[in-house]
Amino acid sequence: MSADRLPPQVLAADESNDRRQGTPRRGTGFLTEPFRLGTTPSSTVGPYLAIGLTWPDGPDVVAEGTPGAIWLRGRVFDGNGDLVPDGMIETWQADPDGRFAHPDDPRGAVTTPGFRGVGRSHTVPGGEYAVRTLKPGRVPDGEGGLQAPHVDVSVFARGLLDRLVTRIYFADEAAANAEDAVLRSLPDDASRATLIAQPSADGYVLDIHLQGCTAKGMDETVFFAV
Amino acid sequence: MLPRYLREPAERRTPVAYAGYKSTGLRAPLRTPVDLPHRLTEITGPVLGEDMVTAADADLTLRQGGEAQGQRIIVYGRVLDSDGRPVPHALVEIWQANAAGRYRHVVDNWPAPLDPHFDGLGRVVTDDLGRYEFTTIKPGAYPWGNHHNAWRPAHIHFSLFGQAFTQRLVTQMYFPDDPLFGQDPIFNSMPTTARHRAVSRFDLERSQPNWALAFQWDIVLRGQDQTPFETDDDGDVA
Repeated sequence: MSADRLPPQVLAADESNDRRQGTPRRGTGFLTEPFRLGTTPSSTVGPYLAIGLTWPDGPDVVAEGTPGAIWLRGRVFDGNGDLVPDGMIETWQADPDGRFAHPDDPRGAVTTPGFRGVGRSHTVPGGEYAVRTLKPGRVPDGEGGLQAPHVDVSVFARGLLDRLVTRIYFADEAAANAEDAVLRSLPDDASRATLIAQPSADGYVLDIHLQGCTAKGMDETVFFAV
Repeated sequence: MLPRYLREPAERRTPVAYAGYKSTGLRAPLRTPVDLPHRLTEITGPVLGEDMVTAADADLTLRQGGEAQGQRIIVYGRVLDSDGRPVPHALVEIWQANAAGRYRHVVDNWPAPLDPHFDGLGRVVTDDLGRYEFTTIKPGAYPWGNHHNAWRPAHIHFSLFGQAFTQRLVTQMYFPDDPLFGQDPIFNSMPTTARHRAVSRFDLERSQPNWALAFQWDIVLRGQDQTPFETDDDGDVA
């Protein structure tokens, strides 16, 4: 069946004041929330995602040769500390001015030519992902402050029935990271460390751990509910 | 004013982990995810449109200069948000097994035939009213190693971006009345109140005489958060 409607949530009727008990009471038909369609439930990408989700330019948030381009790289691990060779990550981020390639950015479109904001990388082979991008700028946090430079990441794989959401921050932004509302909301430095990419030869590196593996000293990456 | 997107209560969503689906065991995170407030990064998202697709991408039955084997079908519907608004100009990516239940993929090696004229990949962009349509063949069921005599019900994988990072959805579309639903943990991982939304509807009216059967499937992405009406003690809308 296709889109159907969730049952409306009707205020529980308090009939104690009614003149005639048991008769329909004025007001019981009002909705407590807007009428909505039920959303389509997610499912796993399964093992054959590469058939449908491969883009020739997937890793190119910016084209080859773009001045200032960096590579974001990392590996994806499971709860045994083994590489996940059949997953995929997608990245979404602001440009170096902190603007998004999207009409709902109230400050106007991105100012960086050729910057599309999105990257997609399968973890084959060897469990490594890699996207070529520009380091994002700081983005307003909606409460008068600024977020630290960050990249939103979706993780997909066989064995995940919904996407996972995490973020990549940058180790050389210590001052900005220290005042970032999302990082500050995490319980401890060990949790924050799972989100902070370290500088590398051609950009930054951050491994993603779907689960922790104490035998190998790996912590589970912080994932977010959006 | 910036849009705010609805958060779906956990009981209406597919859980990331499901005991009956063994591969979730070492992959689904064990910790509770942290609530991420919806800020600019989350209310924006990839805008991927016409330049990602060609007209031929909507017809999976004509590849490599010939016709795919199998039951020709039309799969069509609308992409909506939960407020009922169409999601126009949105990329829809699909992939599926062939009529024999075999994927054109290096790790799918069960003994069912490949079809030289079927690669299983489709892409379209929704129109102004959020409509999409594919012509394809009905995928076959196939065995997998999850449990003894495990078979996946026929399904088509769908991937959608919507218009914001919060709306990203990857899911699977099923066909009505499949006898394999009962033993399939991936189907049964969906909440009982939601799984019928993953099943398409046979549509005789849209079936084309002497050509193809039609299945209709609407996809609903998360809509925008709206402030509930205030009600006073009498239940009147204030």
